[in-house]
Amino acid sequence: MGIRLEKPWEHLNSEAIAALPGQLGVYQVADEEGNVLSVGYAGAKHLFGIRSALEEELSLHKDTAKFFRCEFTSNYRSRWDELLMLHLHDNGELPPHQRDEESRVGRLSPD
Amino acid sequence: MDYRLSEEQQLIVDTTRRFVESEIVPLEDELDPDAGSLLPADYDRLVGKTQSMGFYGLDIPEEYGGPGLDTTTRALMAIEMSQHRAGLYNPCYGVFGGAGLAQLYEATEEQKERWLYPTLRGEKKGCFALTEPSGGSDPARAIQTRGFKDGGEWVLSGAKLYISGADKADYALIFARTSDDPGRNGVTAFIVDTDTPGFHVRRVVHTLRATHYATELQFDEMRVPEDNILGEVNGGFAIANDRLSRQRIPYAAGCIGPAIKAQEMAIDWAKNRETFGSALAEKQAIQWMVVDNEIDIRHAKYCVLEAAQKADRGDRFRTEAAMAKLVATEASSRVVDRCIQIHGGVGVTKDLPLERWYRELRIRRVGEGPSEVQRLIMARDILGGSFK
Repeated sequence: MGIRLEKPWEHLNSEAIAALPGQLGVYQVADEEGNVLSVGYAGAKHLFGIRSALEEELSLHKDTAKFFRCEFTSNYRSRWDELLMLHLHDNGELPPHQRDEESRVGRLSPD
Repeated sequence: MDYRLSEEQQLIVDTTRRFVESEIVPLEDELDPDAGSLLPADYDRLVGKTQSMGFYGLDIPEEYGGPGLDTTTRALMAIEMSQHRAGLYNPCYGVFGGAGLAQLYEATEEQKERWLYPTLRGEKKGCFALTEPSGGSDPARAIQTRGFKDGGEWVLSGAKLYISGADKADYALIFARTSDDPGRNGVTAFIVDTDTPGFHVRRVVHTLRATHYATELQFDEMRVPEDNILGEVNGGFAIANDRLSRQRIPYAAGCIGPAIKAQEMAIDWAKNRETFGSALAEKQAIQWMVVDNEIDIRHAKYCVLEAAQKADRGDRFRTEAAMAKLVATEASSRVVDRCIQIHGGVGVTKDLPLERWYRELRIRRVGEGPSEVQRLIMARDILGGSFK
């Protein structure tokens, strides 16, 4: 199993979000060019899981956030950390919306 | 055995309990159910409180500035500190401070300056790398990471598995085989800075403990100075083993807190929840579960306190520590399982901490030596050394 989230991007809009199940998991949101803007998770505090988390992303960043992809998992906290570490390894910095997390994210050298 | 608490111990227990109830639980209500940390501002504020209470750095020896608690008092505190959702693996979210790697107290003064003191000041983090893909229950024989001397340096190659905190550590305590001896006499402990070329955190290992992860490490011909050896060449397993024995008492004590809290929740639920025209607490099936819980909790607590008191007296406590670890992990698992059953549907939801304790307690029966290894340790002591 690949450890990166490499599913095809889907358009981030209300219709696509409404079609998602209300499960817990992790997601990435990207801009028009497919650059990852944020890596997030939907935890038990999100009323309808991934759906609620992505609705929040859309309302906060609707001008720049154009695509998303997600993965359903009950290990959303450790998978979220893993995706952030992978992003840091691949890009040398965290996604723009999460630069302030840098001090707490670990180092991974997966290749 | 005298299980009565001294006045000082009772004061410490009461203070710790109030701290958990008034400072930790209200913050936790706002966090994700699988959260592993407090907000930085809350963490800093509470560290300030534990420092002013004189309780910061509980496991730091008194000569290094710790509060100098005996094992029994420390175990009593562990029982209280774990009575919240994250309490099993992250009692009070670490606001009582850590002690660093206990093995470093045996280091040379130069090594202490480089790794121990910065760790105690919160400037560096370390991780403990013993278990390998080849096995963890019998580490002395399972270690395949090799070290050979090349001039004034040692060259380490191999892999480690289920290592916590390696991705954020500044240094690692790594155990490697350094002689042809296939057992405990061929293992050396090395302190290795994690920015050493050849040190790789290859992957995250997800477990039942969803809030946290372990890691898999790979060492590709890491060159480590001779000065980084902790203790003697080929004397590393004794250093690892000492930790494994000492850890068992607080490890066991920390399992009892969630069981106590789960039992309190189940009793409250059983008294107030009605089915078939009467409270759950009036049903014999529930009453027996509550009683079995109480037996398990007291049994675990007595085993932990007996081991702790023996340790404090300077008596041999290996059998008692193994028994405490086995009984506390297994009994607390049973208690939380019954409490979920008493709660019914809500018991398996993330609305309550029971499901997190249930998942995490399952790991406790494996971590720090599984139940079977604890039985093996006790069997050796009971039957005598020839039955190994």
